[in-house]
Amino acid sequence: MTTALLVAFVLAVFRISVPYVLAAVGGTLSERAGVVALGLEGMLLTGAFCAAVGAEAGGPAVGALAGAMGGAGVGVILAACVVYGRADGVVVGVAINLIALGGTRVAMQYVWQSASSSPTIPGLSGGWAGAAGLAALAVSGVAAAALTRTAWGLRVRAVGEHPAAATSLGIDVAQLRFGAVALSGALAGLGGAWLALDNHGFVDRMSGGRGYIALAAVIMGRWHPGFAALAAVCFAATEAAQLQLQAVVSGGAREFIQMLPYLLTLVALAGVLGRSRPPAALGRNV
Amino acid sequence: MSGTLQWRSVGKTYGSVVACRNVDLVLSAGEVHALVGENGAGKSTLLSLAGGEASPDTGAVSVDGDEASGPWTPTVAMANGIGLVHQHFMLIPPMSVVENVVLGREPRKGLGLDLEKAAGELTALAARVGWTVDPWAKVSSLSVGQQQRVEILKVLWRGARFLLLDEPTAVLTPSEVGPLFEVLRRLAAEGVAVAIVTHKVDEVVHVADRVTVMRHGEVVARLEAPLTAAEIARAIVGREPLPPPQVPRPQGQGGGLVVRGLRVGRALGPVDLAIAPGEVLGIAGVLGNGQTELVLALAGLAPDALGEVTLGERPLDPRGGAAAAARAGVSHIAEDRLERGVVREFSVADNYLLGHQRRLAPSGWLDFGALDAEVSAALEAYDVRPRDASAPIRSLSGGTQQKVVVARELSRPGLRLLIAAQPTRGVDVGAMERIHEAIAAAASRGAAVVLVTSDLHELRALSHRVAVMYAGRIVDTMDVSDASDLRLGAAMTGAR
Repeated sequence: MTTALLVAFVLAVFRISVPYVLAAVGGTLSERAGVVALGLEGMLLTGAFCAAVGAEAGGPAVGALAGAMGGAGVGVILAACVVYGRADGVVVGVAINLIALGGTRVAMQYVWQSASSSPTIPGLSGGWAGAAGLAALAVSGVAAAALTRTAWGLRVRAVGEHPAAATSLGIDVAQLRFGAVALSGALAGLGGAWLALDNHGFVDRMSGGRGYIALAAVIMGRWHPGFAALAAVCFAATEAAQLQLQAVVSGGAREFIQMLPYLLTLVALAGVLGRSRPPAALGRNV
Repeated sequence: MSGTLQWRSVGKTYGSVVACRNVDLVLSAGEVHALVGENGAGKSTLLSLAGGEASPDTGAVSVDGDEASGPWTPTVAMANGIGLVHQHFMLIPPMSVVENVVLGREPRKGLGLDLEKAAGELTALAARVGWTVDPWAKVSSLSVGQQQRVEILKVLWRGARFLLLDEPTAVLTPSEVGPLFEVLRRLAAEGVAVAIVTHKVDEVVHVADRVTVMRHGEVVARLEAPLTAAEIARAIVGREPLPPPQVPRPQGQGGGLVVRGLRVGRALGPVDLAIAPGEVLGIAGVLGNGQTELVLALAGLAPDALGEVTLGERPLDPRGGAAAAARAGVSHIAEDRLERGVVREFSVADNYLLGHQRRLAPSGWLDFGALDAEVSAALEAYDVRPRDASAPIRSLSGGTQQKVVVARELSRPGLRLLIAAQPTRGVDVGAMERIHEAIAAAASRGAAVVLVTSDLHELRALSHRVAVMYAGRIVDTMDVSDASDLRLGAAMTGAR
């Protein structure tokens, strides 16, 4: 009985962690390049929507690809405004999230003639949860290696810390930031695709604030892809615990448990777990 | 001509300000060439034009006689052997030395970086120059002098044949300057062309083979070794240099600054000192021996200060904040201009207004007429150029910004204590004279003056007494006539 519960719990953590981990890794890359990753929520939601459309047309693999591309598209729009248009990253991020919310709703009307959800689409069975969770963690490892051990990573970090120094060495700051934000969109979009494929359909507001929690994981993970992924798994674990405990407790305790992931986010953001230093040029346009 | 970097009739205008006009200059392999002149004379502009960070409006930069066909970008400049070392270092503090050095030109091994190879090359290069560096140290853990070495190694590793240094000594302690110059001379002997921008005339005499003097964007003199300090100073200001201002000895006692048992954390104290009204106390010492903490405590900016401070027989709380200190008659010329002295994004007038906002708003509304009148008078009195109170202060050179700060701090009515921390760092000869006059004038109006400086000429020229700080305490106090190099040096190194 206990073992069964434990296995169920671990699988639930894996299943829930996929969008958190992918979005947190993407957000880390964006922020290390100096662009605030507030648009993760919109990227997740757009990714989920595009994945549902893609999966309906060509199955789960096409759905995953469409999700990543949808997220990357959002990233490209965000990067165009912030990097080339020199707009404020926070404002653009919030705008992107609101547009994604309304945009997916409008598009649902056209695609499925429904205001609330898609019909059932070919998705992925529950057995995929473990594989997807591990794959997401592997992505965080690759991102960490790329950031610390490749020329591209060195340049991304330089651009996020001291763009003037990077420029003086002939590095194209805008191009690197553009690429990093587009990549973060693709990763978050892939995370959104998992939501749609796992649920066998798209639902209005499907991302449900996960982008913001992923951003909290970026900060809690001190802008390191590996730690950000671990923080994302922590958030997933509280959520999984809450889901399992909801079944056994009742009354006010249930509401309290539902609050736990957000409480943890608040605690993390308030710096209770130790202050950390963001990239020096985060949010500063050049 | 091989081994030359040439500026041919270059001109550059920023907005309405002419940075340089029709300048011809040749920098040749094997020489150390000093560019001197007042703040804003166009020296740094010449360097950034050569480094490809700005493009000239007229004329061109050429290497070995060949003009580049395409635009002269930082990348092209570097490929042509130009290595520009900025006054404000272009280093990324959380990264290691070797990462900073290879950035933009990374040696690769497969998909990854080959930092080991670069680290080896860097260590060998440093040894050739006569330095030891730890390629794996984080830049943020290095001293300013060590960071400068990293900057120089960074451009040499990229194959610089023309080493252009913008005010390299402004950030160094006096003991670090000599070794840097030895390295520059050695590089020149190896065939590197070295150009340095500096304000310190003694340094020019010491290190340069040739000197180009600029004023208002034009070359006004070209001098060759043997050089004399007087000759260079005259060429810079275009007239005979003024004698140092005379600060009359204070007559009355009492009512000045009295400090008893002042401590700040473990960095300062306990310190006792007394300064009479009209007296200038010079504080000497190697940077980081408590001078910064002393200054902050006197300015009311040390939240963890303990001890007793009285000014004009009234107590002054060292934790009381800058506003309370200002009300008590304290003016503070901050050591770090960008950190505490100015708000970079504000205009000259708004920067001047800081700390005067109550006085200039008697009714609650700012009196812009009075502000404009005061600022215009200050710009005139300190010869701030351009005379544009609405210009953003960041568009002015460092020395000009400093003049605005000094004007602001000295215009406070009821001045009782002037704290001047490194008041002429990075400031040209003309501005320095002006600032020295202003400090002397404050003392003769009866203010007690604390002058913290690492420039011993300045210390001796202005102070009545000299106190030496070592390890957070005052270890020696003397009349200025007794402040010999030997005695100061012994006290500064803790030998007394």
